[in-house]
Amino acid sequence: MTHSDKQLIVSALENGTVLDHIPSDRVFKALDILNLKDTGNRITIGINLTSRHLGKKGIIKISDTFFEDEELNKLALIAPNATVNIIRDFKVVEKRKLQMPAEVEGIAKCMNPKCITNHQPIRTRFTTICRGDEISLLCHYCEKITDNKGIY
Amino acid sequence: MSKSLISISDFTKEEILHVLETAREFEKDRVQNFLTGKVIGSLFFEPSTRTRLSFETAVNRLGARVIGFSDATNTSVSKGETLKDTIKMVSNYVDMIIMRHPLEGSSRYASEVASVPVVNAGDGANQHPSQTLLDLYSILQTQGRLEGLTINMVGDLKYGRTTHSLLQAMSHFNPTFIFTSPDELKMPAEYKTFLDERGIPYRETSSLEDGLNDCDILYMTRVQQERFTDPMEYEKVKDVYQLSARMLGGVRENMKILHPLPRVGEICEDVDDTPYAYYFKQAENGLYVRMAIISYLLGYR
Repeated sequence: MTHSDKQLIVSALENGTVLDHIPSDRVFKALDILNLKDTGNRITIGINLTSRHLGKKGIIKISDTFFEDEELNKLALIAPNATVNIIRDFKVVEKRKLQMPAEVEGIAKCMNPKCITNHQPIRTRFTTICRGDEISLLCHYCEKITDNKGIY
Repeated sequence: MSKSLISISDFTKEEILHVLETAREFEKDRVQNFLTGKVIGSLFFEPSTRTRLSFETAVNRLGARVIGFSDATNTSVSKGETLKDTIKMVSNYVDMIIMRHPLEGSSRYASEVASVPVVNAGDGANQHPSQTLLDLYSILQTQGRLEGLTINMVGDLKYGRTTHSLLQAMSHFNPTFIFTSPDELKMPAEYKTFLDERGIPYRETSSLEDGLNDCDILYMTRVQQERFTDPMEYEKVKDVYQLSARMLGGVRENMKILHPLPRVGEICEDVDDTPYAYYFKQAENGLYVRMAIISYLLGYR
C-alpha cells in the first residue's frame, strides 16, 4: 500500500456524512448519542486534529449513512457548533448547522439523586434551556435543573 | 389520557379558580354521595398523617371507597416490584390513584403509566399541589380575593416546596412578596428569575419584624431537619424565627397567619388565640379542596 492509498482511506468518503468541529473529548459521546456503536458501516474518527476555531477538534466520518435532522440535532447538546457535511460521489452536496432540540429523550442523566429516573428503569426526558452558551436541562419528572455536567 | 394533578402548573388559572369555587360548595355541605360505587386507590409509599387522612376522608365524604396502603413495607414493593408494575396493577382495580412517594418525579411517571387519573400527594421535595390549592383557598376565604395581595413567606425558603408552589400559583394574581429567611435558606435564584420575568415585585429580609406589619398573609414554614445533610447547619438556623402574640401589635387588621403544619417552635401557642391565627382552619380546608380536586378530575364538577 502506498502512502497516498493510506491518505485516501482516511480522508475521502464516497457517500455518507461527515460531522466536523466536535470538541475532541466528546467524540465518543457523539458516537453514543447517534447510536453508531453497532453499525456495520465504516466509521473513521479523528481526535485532536488542528482547528482554527477550537484549537483541537474531533471529526467523525460515517460511510453510507444519512441521518434525519431530528437525530442529528441531538448532537447540539454536546457539540452546538458542529457542522454536518453530506457527501455524495466524493462531493459535499449539503452543509448543515445543528439546531438545539426543544426536548431530548434517553440521552442525559438527571443530576438529582432523588429523581425517580435514577432508581427505576425509566427513559430520561428533558426540556432544553439555553442561556447564551450555557445549556441546561429541565427534568420532565423531578422538575430539577441538570447542568452540562449531566450531559457529557 | 385522563387528566391528572401532579404539579400546580398542570392547572390553568381558570381550573384553579374552578376548584376553589367547588371547594366552597363542599364547605357549605360536606355530605355528598355522588361518587357512590367508585373505588379510589390511596398509595402511600411514605408515611403521612395529615395528607393521607384528609384525602381518605374526602373520598369517604364523596361516597366512594378507599383501598391502598399507608406504608410500602407490607406490599410487593418490598419484594422489588417496580413502580410501573404496581401502578399498572392498581390501575386495573380503581377509578383514581392518590399517591405519595419519597422519590421526586414518581407521580409524573405514575400518571404516564396509569390508565386512571393520578393525584400527587407529595413526591419527595418536589410537588404537593393539593397543599398549594388549600393554601390558595385559605387566602381566598380570609381575604375575599386573590388579586393584589402582599404575601410574606417566612422560614426555609430554600428547600420548602410549599413556598415554591404557592409562589408559582399566586403569580396569576398580581401579588407582592416579602421573603423572610436566614441567609442560608434564601429563595432560590430560579424562583426570583421567574418573578422578574413576570414583573412581580418582591423584597428579601432576614428579620421577621421587618415585614410583619406590611402583609396580608404571613406564610410561616418549618425548618425541616430532614432536608439538611449537615447537622451543624440545621442547629444554626432551626430556631431562627419565633412568632409570639406580643409581636402582632401593629399588623394589618385583615392579616392572617398560615402554616402548612406541623409546627415545631416557629409559632408560639399564645398566637393560637389571636384573631390572626388561621392554620388549624387551613388544615380543615384541605378536606374541601381535596373533595373538589377528586370531583373535578373524575369529571363530576
